[in-house]
Amino acid sequence: MMSNNQIDSNFFDEPSFPRRTRLQDFWAVFKKNRLAIAGLLMFGVFFLAALTGLFLTSGHKPVFDPALVRLQEKLRPPLSKANYETLRPDEIPVLGLYLLGTDDLGRDVFARMFQGAWVSLTVGFVAVMISVLVGIFMGGMAGYFGDRHVYLDHMLFLVLALSGLIMTAVGQIREGVIIFIPCLVYFVFKIILERSYKIKTRRWLANLLHKKIFSVDTLIMRIVDIMLCFPSFFLILTVVALLPASIYNIMIIIGLTSWMGTTRFVRAEFLSLKDQDFVTAARALGISDLRIIFRHIMPNAIAPVLVSSTIGIATAILTEAGLSFLGFGVPPPHATWGNILSDGKGFLFDAPWLTFIPGIAILIAVLSFNLFGEGLRDTLNPKLRDRV
Amino acid sequence: MLSFFGRSAIQKVITLFFVSVVSFLIIHIAPGEPSQVDPLNPKFTPDLVERFRKEFHLDKPLYYQYLLFYKDLFTGKTVSWKDNQPVLKKIWERFLNSLPLFVVGTIITWTLSFPIGIRSALSRGGVYDRSVTFLSYLLISIPGFFFAYILIILVVNFFHVPVIGMETFGIGDSSWLTLFMDRVWHLLLPSVLGATGGVAVLSRYVRSQMLEVEGQDYIRTAKAKGLTPEIVHYKHALRNALLPFVTMFGLILPGLIGGSVIIESIFSWPGMGRMAYEAILSRDYPIILTINFVSAVLVLAGTFISDLFYMIVDPRIRL
Repeated sequence: MMSNNQIDSNFFDEPSFPRRTRLQDFWAVFKKNRLAIAGLLMFGVFFLAALTGLFLTSGHKPVFDPALVRLQEKLRPPLSKANYETLRPDEIPVLGLYLLGTDDLGRDVFARMFQGAWVSLTVGFVAVMISVLVGIFMGGMAGYFGDRHVYLDHMLFLVLALSGLIMTAVGQIREGVIIFIPCLVYFVFKIILERSYKIKTRRWLANLLHKKIFSVDTLIMRIVDIMLCFPSFFLILTVVALLPASIYNIMIIIGLTSWMGTTRFVRAEFLSLKDQDFVTAARALGISDLRIIFRHIMPNAIAPVLVSSTIGIATAILTEAGLSFLGFGVPPPHATWGNILSDGKGFLFDAPWLTFIPGIAILIAVLSFNLFGEGLRDTLNPKLRDRV
Repeated sequence: MLSFFGRSAIQKVITLFFVSVVSFLIIHIAPGEPSQVDPLNPKFTPDLVERFRKEFHLDKPLYYQYLLFYKDLFTGKTVSWKDNQPVLKKIWERFLNSLPLFVVGTIITWTLSFPIGIRSALSRGGVYDRSVTFLSYLLISIPGFFFAYILIILVVNFFHVPVIGMETFGIGDSSWLTLFMDRVWHLLLPSVLGATGGVAVLSRYVRSQMLEVEGQDYIRTAKAKGLTPEIVHYKHALRNALLPFVTMFGLILPGLIGGSVIIESIFSWPGMGRMAYEAILSRDYPIILTINFVSAVLVLAGTFISDLFYMIVDPRIRL
């Protein structure tokens, strides 16, 4: 271009926005990371397996029945043929052989693994979804509204309302409701009142109640500190053991005990973004806070959340497997990888496949999320983005 | 400096108070009661249940139970509901069992991760770096209990030594060398398992810190001066890369009490984790709450120590 020494005539006609979208940009960097691509592929296979597993093992007459007990066929090694003489016609497995062997009750391990894949996947995703939602909410509040103040009466009545709730939960329902409802009414009333008009002068009691105690940011970060004090696996174990066993409880508890990291990331991103010019411009245009948060700040703050939630899925799958292994996981008739392994541990030397098959499956699933997450982290890192 | 101590002490006491309230509430609000753990046991007559509830103040209002519990805890009078033993004594005994695991595990973690991390940073992109990276992902992703069984199979099949428990049953009157080696074999697997995740994470972290420092201007200057690579890497780069790790000494403190529930139950190791697990199973609230409280204290003490170390090591930081 320098040689003909004149500006290309097309220069002004060409669009001035970046020629590649953000996604294309991202992909160009991402596909160079071979480990991350491997992770993505493994995740794809895992996801498809879980989805087909869901259809093939559930329903009234599933193709692979994970709960069918064939006591005469127990502990058969992988790829062994079914014994047609002792089985009723409807008990014969598909293809006539046990792809991954059978366990101590003669259940088909392949069918159980297939069913367990979906459990692992949903536990991972739902738990992380809960933790990300809580994390974004708390982090966004701390980052965007952090310098606003919490007033004494807000705090006082919120604490009272909470204790009312707790009393209701414990069993003193009448007293609990009597405390809870007036406090909530006052709280809502106060907030609406404050929004609609400013009170100029106050009496001394109102003045005392309206005292600033600390900022929203302090409040939220102290809550994070408190949550970080609990040893997480022990806390999860305690709560899961005390509550009735169900898969939903496990998801919710894993989610509610792992949002602290996300909160910190989101808060840090919000703090650095909210003083930038584009946010000031948006505010000058009179755009509402909610729109600024969700349309302008959030898309820029989402990268670290994506990375940590991908790795969070891996951690959640591991936690669920650990809980199932200890016998606190998903209740028995339903198969999960953790409890297949746990059931098989008594036959470690006689039937090692009962340990190795679920173990390797968990390993691969967790590995895929970890590799993909680390790849995301490298790709989304702005320091590396210019290297394309 | 003094004001920093004061402020953080007050803050930590407040945090601790809320932790105690929250853990108390979690345990007491959860459905079911300790007196109902074993409803099929014929010895558990309604009369006995009533006496049990009275004995442990379960019939009192919640805030009163809370005050009673923490009063007992601070005066050291809390007893386990299961066997009426003092909780602190029980925890101390189990703690002494878990301590060797923790010490050996920590030593393995810290002695292995630094050489591995530094070497893989220096040979960035090379075969060593890539294989170590993949291996550490593998170790992070492998479920601890699965890895434990792989190791058990290996050790039992190749070395023919027993590994479950703290020592071989009935080995009492052998020579001291046999006793010693028996202890070592039993200690080896659980502590290696406890260290795997740590080695994988810490060596990655060492690597990234080292890379960060190696990219700095003063390293280029040092190279340009014609210093030998050894001096550049180990004197100029490593010293600065080590800075964040000083703070991590404080953060390993909570590991003291945690113990690993899963590893200790696989190896039948009578440590903290096992006790916590048993306490959860039998709804032994005093033990659960005490462990929770002590570990919260250790977390807070750990962050305090790491703040302090950071201040000592890095003169730029003034809190």
